Amino acid sequence: MACSITIRDVRKTYGQFVALDSVALDIAPGEFLTLLGPSGSGKTTLLMILAGFIRPEAGSITVDSDEILRKPPHLRNIGMVFQNYALFPHMSVGENVGYPLKLRKVGAAERYERAREALKLVQLDHLMDRRINQLSGGQRQRVALARAIVFEPQILLMDEPLSALDKKLREQMQIELKHLHDRLGMTTVYVTHDQREALTMSDRVAVMNHGHILQVAPPREIYERPCDRFVADFVGESNFLPVEMRGDAATFGGAPLQLAEGQSAGSGNKALLVRPEKLDILGATPAPEHNPIDGTVEELVYQGETMLIYVTLTSGETIALRRGTRQQALSEMPRVGEPIRLGLHRDDTVLIDEAAHA
Amino acid sequence: MHDMTAPQGGHALNRKELAADERREKRQILGLSLPAAAIILVLLVIPVGWLFALSFVSNGEIGLANYTRMIEYSAYLSIFSTTILISLFVTLLCIVLGYPVAYLLGQMPPRLATIGLAFVIIPFWTSILVRTYAWLVILQRQGIVNDALIGIGLIDEPLRLAHNLTGTVIGMTHVMLPFLVLPLYATVRNIDGDLMRAANNMGASPARAFRDVFLPLSMPGLIAGSLLVFILCLGFYVTPQILGGGRVIMVSMKIQQNVQTYFDWGAGSALGVVLLLIVFAIFYLVHRLAGLDRIFAR
Repeated sequence: MACSITIRDVRKTYGQFVALDSVALDIAPGEFLTLLGPSGSGKTTLLMILAGFIRPEAGSITVDSDEILRKPPHLRNIGMVFQNYALFPHMSVGENVGYPLKLRKVGAAERYERAREALKLVQLDHLMDRRINQLSGGQRQRVALARAIVFEPQILLMDEPLSALDKKLREQMQIELKHLHDRLGMTTVYVTHDQREALTMSDRVAVMNHGHILQVAPPREIYERPCDRFVADFVGESNFLPVEMRGDAATFGGAPLQLAEGQSAGSGNKALLVRPEKLDILGATPAPEHNPIDGTVEELVYQGETMLIYVTLTSGETIALRRGTRQQALSEMPRVGEPIRLGLHRDDTVLIDEAAHA
Repeated sequence: MHDMTAPQGGHALNRKELAADERREKRQILGLSLPAAAIILVLLVIPVGWLFALSFVSNGEIGLANYTRMIEYSAYLSIFSTTILISLFVTLLCIVLGYPVAYLLGQMPPRLATIGLAFVIIPFWTSILVRTYAWLVILQRQGIVNDALIGIGLIDEPLRLAHNLTGTVIGMTHVMLPFLVLPLYATVRNIDGDLMRAANNMGASPARAFRDVFLPLSMPGLIAGSLLVFILCLGFYVTPQILGGGRVIMVSMKIQQNVQTYFDWGAGSALGVVLLLIVFAIFYLVHRLAGLDRIFAR
């Protein structure tokens, strides 16, 4: 039932501004793919081109080898959830969800039944007769979702559908959307600027910037092995430390670095990517598999579930690390002004090409 | 438990003073609307009330003579039906001509739309009298339109475009058009473009999406604008008087005739009262059908 999407050389400019620069992407049948990027990166433009609301200057998009670029939006049979939900205020919940079926000439009785079933999937079948303005934001979100899937499209597009919800509801909906996708199995393209959301929900994430797709990979790879500095910086928190390369050996601040497997290759300027949660505080005991990093505690920021510790290194950079806030950890927390020795385990080392620095 | 440091009886702290501040603010707001209320009372309620009273006076006697006359003479019926039919027709023309304008303005980027809107509003800055005589220049036997049509050989005889119903309708439609476009534009501007895109996405052709989504959502503005045009048409005097050339008699002209020619204020007032009742009846009807509160709350 699900179909594949093949995007080739899709280009769109607005005057001097290049919104999409020859983008290519393959999406597998049934895949949940997220376009992740800052505003202006081209992710929404690409989604709108898929839906048929923006016409690119050139390129090809095939769905199961059917070219769709020249089809008008109403003939594409693609479901879409809009950022502001775009529910019809003059129709009830049931009429909204039944509308795509009405357009497909489904009889009133069957329409009602199928609308109710779609609403049941999002646990709102008891609100069929409500007006849209009587619903909360979360309920609207679910109605929009039910309306997008009721006609069983093979492709579902979502444009930052959770951005208007508060944090708790958003996280709950992320899991629900994921489960719904697992059940229905339609090919899904999801747009967001929230990296955490992208990591939580996706089979693969495509990170975009300035109209380019920089990296397409499963969430874990995106986070643990970012392809360049932009991806490393945009996804998660990151510290970058300059590294000198001599052949296969790398040194930081004069001391040799132990690298993870597969990280030793290459020449040119490199930076060591250090995530705040990957750093340990080394005591007096030697830790042979850790790269030691020395510095002075600059500031402590209590944030509830974690403590953020800023450390100024002897080499001059300031880096951040995170510690949990269990009582024992809190009692062992370093104090501002104290010297501190941090350790980065050899398996957690990631080298980033500085040349690709955007 | 919330605030252990609060003194006993803390709930009463500053209570009187804060309530007094609240009252003073309300008085100030009320005071600001007082001049407007006074003007309405002096300039509208009192004169209308006075005319209402006058309508029951005929030849120095109090009675219903002014009203029974309207029923007895069929001329009055024809004046009222002419007035209503012309008003309906002009309203319809305004909808046909004004809807596309409002729709187009609504789709334009805001800056262009502002310029377009200026073109709709600019005629407002010219007096109705000037605009009406301009139409006379354009439409009369030796006017611009007839000269041009004869010039290119499309017609031999000049068309009768002025001093009749045609001229009246053309002139009235021109004057009334902004009253339809402005409220409609205000409504259309606020229709979220994503709603049409959503309908498209679900499988509605552009025409179908317009019918199912845009048109129903523009209804409040359309009804408000149409109501405004229709009611203004009912009492319209200057344009039909000049462009009708005496062949088209509307209620307003009959009122003017009664007052100015026959010095019969009672008869004129009675016509005005009936016109007002018709307006109330229409409002009531629209309210029952569509809900005025919904239309004007937008």
